[in-house]
Amino acid sequence: MPRLVNLYPSSGGALALGALPFLILIAAYLFGSATRLAENPDDKLLPAPSAFVETLKSYAVEEDRRSGEVLWWLDTGASLKRLLIALGISALIGIVGGLAIGALPIVRSLLGPFVAALAMIPPLAILPILFIMLGLGEVAKIALIVFGVAPCIIRDVSLRAGELPKEQLIKAQTLGASSWLLATRVILPQLWPRLIDALRLTLGSAWLFLIAAEAIASTEGLGYRIFLVRRYMAMDVILPYVIWITLLAYTMDWLLRMTRARLFPWAESR
Amino acid sequence: MASVTVKHLWKEYGSQVVLENLNLHVADREFVTIIGASGCGKTTFLRMLLGVEQPTKGQLLIDGEPVPAEPGPDRGIVFQRYSLFPHLSVLDNLMLGLEFSGSRWLGKLFGARRRVALEKAESLLEAIGLHTARDKYPSQLSGGMQQRLSIAQSVIREPKILLLDEPFGALDPGITADMHEIILRLWQANRMTIFMITHDLKESFQLGTRLLVFDKRRNDPHEPERYGATVTYDIPLNRKKHSMPLASLTAALAGP
Repeated sequence: MPRLVNLYPSSGGALALGALPFLILIAAYLFGSATRLAENPDDKLLPAPSAFVETLKSYAVEEDRRSGEVLWWLDTGASLKRLLIALGISALIGIVGGLAIGALPIVRSLLGPFVAALAMIPPLAILPILFIMLGLGEVAKIALIVFGVAPCIIRDVSLRAGELPKEQLIKAQTLGASSWLLATRVILPQLWPRLIDALRLTLGSAWLFLIAAEAIASTEGLGYRIFLVRRYMAMDVILPYVIWITLLAYTMDWLLRMTRARLFPWAESR
Repeated sequence: MASVTVKHLWKEYGSQVVLENLNLHVADREFVTIIGASGCGKTTFLRMLLGVEQPTKGQLLIDGEPVPAEPGPDRGIVFQRYSLFPHLSVLDNLMLGLEFSGSRWLGKLFGARRRVALEKAESLLEAIGLHTARDKYPSQLSGGMQQRLSIAQSVIREPKILLLDEPFGALDPGITADMHEIILRLWQANRMTIFMITHDLKESFQLGTRLLVFDKRRNDPHEPERYGATVTYDIPLNRKKHSMPLASLTAALAGP
């Protein structure tokens, strides 16, 4: 019998093991739901699977009677638009800021401590300020996500720039690189993979800030819907939305991972 | 043309004296090998030639001019590790120096100028036996291949001086013979002055035209930082007949 640390599952076994927690969760839910509904058919806490199908149909296929829109896709579109714009802006700020701080000692002295302090401010604490200054529209929501995510990305990317071996930077100078060429041809290309890693890591908090902003002031969006139907204890809406959000976040993470492997094969460790 | 003159050179870090009163003249196209115990200023001396460290006192001159305070294309460097660019293929690593000099803003060459650079890079790849690996990334190369590429990368800009900081220190003894042949060939073809630090005594005799031994003349056991190292042996090597046999030097180095 080999040691437990040397015991590896087969590829099929790994798949089955990975699926197990999901299956247990689903089974537990179905059991709990059936038990509660047997006691009280009007129970709203753990709706039966049939209720989810009904809800999905009315939200994702049929148009809303009041607005004439298909709410599921309206919410998804609104939320994704906010999230992607915010992440795009954050990535841009992150790579430019990270490169400047990482490559130029003067900028590092100028902005390093400031960005570090900025990253420590809890973004939700300044949400009221954003609403007061930017109004309740899209700008404030996007600004919240950017504020929450960009400083972390700047720090992560600039740390990576600082990790590049000094030998490399000296070598580039002996090959005649100016500061500009050093930044654009040597440092920047090596920061892209780290930018993607940083985006992946901040994806969770980006969603958090999105849903928080939508819950407080919005007229559509995934977070808005969840908090709206909470008043009616509509678990049959909330649960599918949560699963959908998880699925979207997971897909974005997967896409980023694939992009990294495709565009930067040299940065793959194995 | 690149002669190096060192006049009363001192290097100190605070109270720690690393090099003391170094005096030296190295003629153009000399191949200087440098040996000595670790921590006796060999690398510091090389870094001063490179321009990343400045002398505390005294003068360090290349062709009569003080060494610039930052690295430049007239002085190439090969480190023991980390001198390749991991995000560029073998060919692009080699092209980089030419692209830096040919394109100030993009750092990339196009059209006819790219073809000229490509030709130069590919013939150099051929010379170091890496033409079959031209599209690989550095991490896919063996240590010996990486160092060959790193040397070629430095030579392609035709520096006046080439600095080698234990370039073969991390390699298998088996491949060093190949590396020696390559470095000697490039040295003869490119009219460079070479400074090479090594830990390998045999290598230092085989490769160089002149051998410098860095060591401390004086030592205070209670205050080891008090005295710095300097050149204690300066041995011209004429390849055929060594002016000082290997064995006697080994004995001299082992002595007090």
